[in-house]
Amino acid sequence: MEDEKFDAIVVGAGPAGSAAALTMAKAGMNVVVFERGDQPGSKNVMGGVLFREATESAFGQFWNNGAPLERAVIDQRLWLLGKESVVMGGFRTEEFAQPPYNAFTVLRAHLDPWFAKQAEEAGAYVITETQVTDLIFDNAKVVGVRTGREGDLYADVVIMAEGINAFAAAKAGLRRDFTMENAALAVKEIHALPEEVINQRFNVPSGQGVTILLTGEFANNMMGSGFIYTNKDTLSVGFGAIVSHMVETKSRPNDLIEELKAHPAIKPLLEGSEIKEYSAHLIPEVKYEELPRPYGDGYMLVGDTAGFVNFLFQEGCNLAIASGRMAGETAVEAWKKGDYSSATLQAYGDKLKDSFVMKDLYSLRNAPAFFRDHREFFGIYPRMLNAAMQEFLTVDATPKRVKAFEIFHMVRRTRPLWRIGKDMVGALRAFM
Amino acid sequence: MKLEDKLFLDRFKPDEHAHISIVSQDVCARCPDKPCTIVCPAEVYHWDGEKTVVSYENCIECGACRLICPYNNIACTMPRGGFGVQYKYG
Repeated sequence: MEDEKFDAIVVGAGPAGSAAALTMAKAGMNVVVFERGDQPGSKNVMGGVLFREATESAFGQFWNNGAPLERAVIDQRLWLLGKESVVMGGFRTEEFAQPPYNAFTVLRAHLDPWFAKQAEEAGAYVITETQVTDLIFDNAKVVGVRTGREGDLYADVVIMAEGINAFAAAKAGLRRDFTMENAALAVKEIHALPEEVINQRFNVPSGQGVTILLTGEFANNMMGSGFIYTNKDTLSVGFGAIVSHMVETKSRPNDLIEELKAHPAIKPLLEGSEIKEYSAHLIPEVKYEELPRPYGDGYMLVGDTAGFVNFLFQEGCNLAIASGRMAGETAVEAWKKGDYSSATLQAYGDKLKDSFVMKDLYSLRNAPAFFRDHREFFGIYPRMLNAAMQEFLTVDATPKRVKAFEIFHMVRRTRPLWRIGKDMVGALRAFM
Repeated sequence: MKLEDKLFLDRFKPDEHAHISIVSQDVCARCPDKPCTIVCPAEVYHWDGEKTVVSYENCIECGACRLICPYNNIACTMPRGGFGVQYKYG
């Protein structure tokens, strides 16, 4: 393969890389994808919920075409945990159980090979067990990649879909390394249970599933959250928090997940399960102003490499796939023009700005810093809410009016009302 | 379940070539908190009283150690192509 030149090289066969490769190969470009794992997905971890619309925009009707999906998400629950209690909210609809669906639980080691296969069937080469160590430049333009086992390879455009760590992109200066303030560390376990048991415990039929988002008083008041997702015959159980908060509170990730699993509202859901795998992954939670410019002469950055994660809504793979597709489309335009300069690839930046990717990241631009600095939302407030509910629902000789009064005083003692007002206005603003 | 039992469940293809190294053990000796020995989810880093011991073959490749070290004293890359952790579920 030495000195062979391709129209495009994609670094990384995750959802973003495969979406880009598929888009380019379908248009007739000569594309090669490098993946360091022994197969696509073997290095990849997410919660994981796959959102249908963005995925369909790149891969078509994947749910009809053999993509390995676990369950269609029909029931989304939010649990605010107290020490021994929980305040619950959520939403469930039959609409999400019908085609075209809204989201699916997935396991990335099973799903990513299917994504890569779509690119391969469209004509892309997917080369596994090959690490890209460096980018090759010619007059400040990216012209190729240096790999561990295939030597140097050249292309008109290189799409960096390396994931959050982005060693090659960072080393080449296309992106700064993320700091511990703008990344979260998540750990996750796979728990095996018979399909029937999951159906009964979570109140769903086969093929339909539940997500539970967990936040509240269990994690040293860090900005973080836990999750339980139902797969076909496993549960994905995990917890993640901002890395700097983990360092500051001297938290051991394994202790946190053990603590979460011991909560009296969670333990019965996992009863009798067998742990199959333990994994960890970083999640970008980058300030809008600190997002890298996602294109330049001869290259584009997609997915986690570019920091495209909407952490408040726990979305990442949809931004990854949409950005991969848009980078692919831009590369096709550049190929037709025969010009891969930054000026041409700027169209990728424009596409992102016109899409939900940058629109959502822009409208939530103040949220990461706000919640990082207002940890009351992960400590005091869930605790307050749990205490209030417990007081109100404890049936005793106290008249309801007196109870309401006592709750009001408990709230006021815990945090001055003006501060609560300020926090709530701040939280609302962070979403706008 | 203990962490070492959990790591035992994961599938690894060990590389004889270490992908993590400590730049200077003197820096570790002066580091007061040694956050790498706490926050690394696979407890790859262990302070033996004199130096930081790196069990790179247990690394599950999250990349957090580079962000955690206050002195940029951990040179962490990824295992060579095909080596390292091989998730079965992901």
